[in-house]
Amino acid sequence: MAGQSAGSGGRNDDNAMRFSLSDPTFRAIFWQVVVVGIVGFCGWWLISNTLTNLATRGFTTGWAFLSREAGFAIGETMIEYGPQDTYGRAVLVGILNTLRVAVIGIVLATILGTLIGIGRLSKNVLVAGVCSTYVEFIRNLPLLVQLFFWWAMFQDSLPGPRQAIEALPGVFLSNRGVKIPVPADHWIHAWMGVAFLAAIVASYFMARWARVRQAATGEQFPVLLATIGLLAGGPLVVWLIGGAPVTMDWPVLRGFNFQGGLTMTPEFAALLVGLVTYTAGFIAEIVRAGILAVPNGQTEAASALGLRRGPMLQLVILPQALRVIIPPMTSQFLNLTKNSSLAVAIGYPDLVSIVNTTLNQTGQAIEGIAMIMAAYLTVSLSISVLMNWYNKRIAFKER
Amino acid sequence: MKTKALLFASAFVAVAASLPAMAQQTATSPTLDAIKARGFLQCGANGNVAGFGLPNAQGVWAGLDVDVCRAVAAAIFGDATKVRYTALTAQQRFTALQSGEVDLLVRNTTWTLSRDTSLGLEFTGVNFYDGQGFMVKKSLNVKSAKELNGATICVQPGTTTELNLADYFRANNIRFTPVVIEREEENVAAYLAGRCDAYTTDISGLASVRASRTPVPADHVILPEVISKEPLGPSVRHGDARWGDIVRWVHYAMLEAEESGITSANVDSLMTSTNPNTQRVLGVTGGMGAMLGLDNKWAYNIIKQVGNYAESFERNITPLGIERGVNNLWTKGGLMYSPPIR
Amino acid sequence: MANANAAAMDAAGGIGESKLMAWVRANLFSSWANTALTLVVFYVVAKAVFFFGSWGIFNAVWIGTSAECRAAKGVGACWALFPEKWRFILFATYPFDEQWRPALSSAIFIGLYFFSAMRANWNLRLPIAWIAGLGTISVLMWGGVLGLSFVPQERWGGLVLTLILSTFGLALAFPLAILLALGRRSHMPVIKSMCVVYIELIRGVPLISLLFMASVMFPLFLPEGVSIDKLLRAQIAIIMFAGAYLAEVVRGGLQALPKGQYEAADALGLSYWQATMMIVLPQALRLVIPPMVNTFIGLFKDTSLVLIIGLLDILNAAKVAVADPQWRGFGPEAYFGVSLIYFVFCFAMSKYSQRIEVELNRNKHR
Repeated sequence: MAGQSAGSGGRNDDNAMRFSLSDPTFRAIFWQVVVVGIVGFCGWWLISNTLTNLATRGFTTGWAFLSREAGFAIGETMIEYGPQDTYGRAVLVGILNTLRVAVIGIVLATILGTLIGIGRLSKNVLVAGVCSTYVEFIRNLPLLVQLFFWWAMFQDSLPGPRQAIEALPGVFLSNRGVKIPVPADHWIHAWMGVAFLAAIVASYFMARWARVRQAATGEQFPVLLATIGLLAGGPLVVWLIGGAPVTMDWPVLRGFNFQGGLTMTPEFAALLVGLVTYTAGFIAEIVRAGILAVPNGQTEAASALGLRRGPMLQLVILPQALRVIIPPMTSQFLNLTKNSSLAVAIGYPDLVSIVNTTLNQTGQAIEGIAMIMAAYLTVSLSISVLMNWYNKRIAFKER
Repeated sequence: MKTKALLFASAFVAVAASLPAMAQQTATSPTLDAIKARGFLQCGANGNVAGFGLPNAQGVWAGLDVDVCRAVAAAIFGDATKVRYTALTAQQRFTALQSGEVDLLVRNTTWTLSRDTSLGLEFTGVNFYDGQGFMVKKSLNVKSAKELNGATICVQPGTTTELNLADYFRANNIRFTPVVIEREEENVAAYLAGRCDAYTTDISGLASVRASRTPVPADHVILPEVISKEPLGPSVRHGDARWGDIVRWVHYAMLEAEESGITSANVDSLMTSTNPNTQRVLGVTGGMGAMLGLDNKWAYNIIKQVGNYAESFERNITPLGIERGVNNLWTKGGLMYSPPIR
Repeated sequence: MANANAAAMDAAGGIGESKLMAWVRANLFSSWANTALTLVVFYVVAKAVFFFGSWGIFNAVWIGTSAECRAAKGVGACWALFPEKWRFILFATYPFDEQWRPALSSAIFIGLYFFSAMRANWNLRLPIAWIAGLGTISVLMWGGVLGLSFVPQERWGGLVLTLILSTFGLALAFPLAILLALGRRSHMPVIKSMCVVYIELIRGVPLISLLFMASVMFPLFLPEGVSIDKLLRAQIAIIMFAGAYLAEVVRGGLQALPKGQYEAADALGLSYWQATMMIVLPQALRLVIPPMVNTFIGLFKDTSLVLIIGLLDILNAAKVAVADPQWRGFGPEAYFGVSLIYFVFCFAMSKYSQRIEVELNRNKHR
């Protein structure tokens, strides 16, 4: 190919000084200049058109609008926000809302997808059949249709807030969403968070210690159990020390809606359920392919060593399957994040939806779309980098 | 430099226009030339709101806004059917106009200072004076918008409606939760499904929804508060003032016709009228059309094919159960006022 | 797995009762845990089947008015929506008397898919059939010649719009994708980096942002007085999008090709383009037919996003159909109907892609 011949350009030494299209080095440069010229010209043409249009049509441009008062309200926000805040803060609210649905979605989709993927390989035909049907069905329908379906389900099938269904004590289902009671604000919660973080750090060191000990003495240590104990126990102890406050913030029907408690709106619920069930269908296939990619001999060898099915999966199959699974899984995570932009169709205030409103109010389309693209590119590239790092860590180490 | 030259040119044109003999040579409008060359007017309309802009099952458009498009086509071509419509969402409307995708935007769009300036639009008048209100289910027993504290309210994003809503609740120090859905019909569906306690948009829109979209219109009430001024009007791009003039005076011609009692039914017989004003409007004398760069029978064609403002109103808006109110002529206590056509 | 089960089932069916029982025991009730799992899953499946049977079949309103449907709401499905609205959902606002034209166009599209799926046609006949087919479709849809009345693009909609956006999207993205893939594999640093930037940029952002760009920014890119319509703008965005994804698929094929092929082409003294056109691409593209079909499935599903910028594709048409006050609240039924259409297309294509993959693998091992 071009590059290969460019590398072997030496055979033309005798006429190297002559600029001829038959000289590979010159040819490579020539074509690159031509392509850059064409692309540059197109770019220049588009940009100059845009600038002319912006000038003649009297558009306002620039980023000054970000510090102007937004003036519109947003239905669900993770940070304090009101109409008196700026467009910049509104966009931030949108980014956080996107991240919220993406992060929760990725975790749930991974769990569900893994279960279904393993289920498809189950020896139980009924389970395998149900899982296969699920995958075939979900993967062959547009996500948008599924979102609309869930949204219509939540909106049309659930009763109004005054006739809400009390599923569990204090948990209300209505077409305003799911209301759950949460512990009322208390200073001890912050310390419980600190304890949880401390527990994570402690678990890490404990796992390292256990590994070293096992390598040295062969004794096993129940790492998983101990980790769970630490993560749950740490905050619990702090809570008990703090006097075990049990005040709950119960949702109460007051006026039009429920007040208090934690809300999951129908829009968020529909988006989350739609994204999770859809992406799980793809993750299931990846997990299945990953497990199938582990040669049979590995399973046989593991059982020959006397490993039971649980440890076999954990110690032999999964570590090898993960190497196959991680790269496509990364792109599924990215897909889920990008697909969360469909929120705009069902009225969840994600980044795209809020920028869309902003763009409408200010008329600054270029800036708005640039913000959307920049935000998604940042997320995409960071997830890629993170997963590449993880991928390298678990890659097959040849000794 | 350019603006100076333009000012000078327009001053010159103004002087020239006062001399009927020279009126034939008035500067032309690039937009008008493009429309004539193309053979039809490209009009940006709503496509979703009964009474303003909505195609029927056969794809024939009707509505008060649509009548503006038809009237402009009648003035240009003498044929009100030479219009093609582009259904625009709230989001697309301004770009569609700015980019030249449509020649004229008549999509129940509120005239505001920022739109007039930073969006590069030019509003040519007001064809409907509206105001924002709330619709709630009768069963909620709400009598005033001030009782909506804590309510969930369905609103279309990216509109002045959304901003007024926030302003109103802020001013009254009460809280609300917005549910924003881009498409009007879905907004209405969400309100009807009970996702929201109230639906807010312009009062005309509420009336339209109540009359045409609700299973039992009597189950819904429009609250008495009008929380904003919403002057809805046609707009054109900045930079082609003569095109703006045409659209502006087409609307005024419909108002003037109503005021002078000229209707589509009697316009033919009034061609022989001796009333000097009627003669001028109908192009028998005065050469008004030529000053606009149009045929002198421009207003005759509008009235004959589309009707005067009252006819358009009664055809499109009255069935929604909306009174003339402020949209009546100034002589009848309303705000509709046409500068003299002379 | 599924094949093994099917084989086991065949065997069991042929031999008799006791073997069947043994098979059931081995596959469903081999242990306590397995039995419990079977029972739970069976319960859930039975419940779902029962619900769907009663809601979707026995209590459903098959023919009737919206009032009858409303009476059965919550108990039975309202399939009576479809006799009333099917023409709108399939053809949207295309002039009513001319709707045979989009119907015929859709049939030609489907015919073209079948024609292309047959390996016997993978030769010069294929491009000829496509040019003829797409030409006929253009004439049918636009009209204005042969006594057909002219129908502007604003009135196109429904199934044919979905087919147009996805098929033209893939067909026109294809050359772009090949150039991008070759560029990304090129050793010329400038060309390579431009291709990488394009591919990663497009793949890093959601399709919606591209559609928004097409909808509100493209008009600004063009000189005064030139405007392209909404459908074409969406189509361009879809081509840009599909091009980047397809480029990665093609690159996969280029990478999978043994190095010997490149070296052999060099040894024959072929120029870069001769080698690419005659040796590399024909083999590389054949290798990536299955992932290409998968990309097409994705694209076919993704065209539904154009509803966000207000185009009346089949999904949007269904939405508008249930916005009719008479039929409001029957969204799930409408979505079910549209889902069925999407499913038939996507499922057929995915099965085809799996079959081709098996065939290609068999050839490779031979």
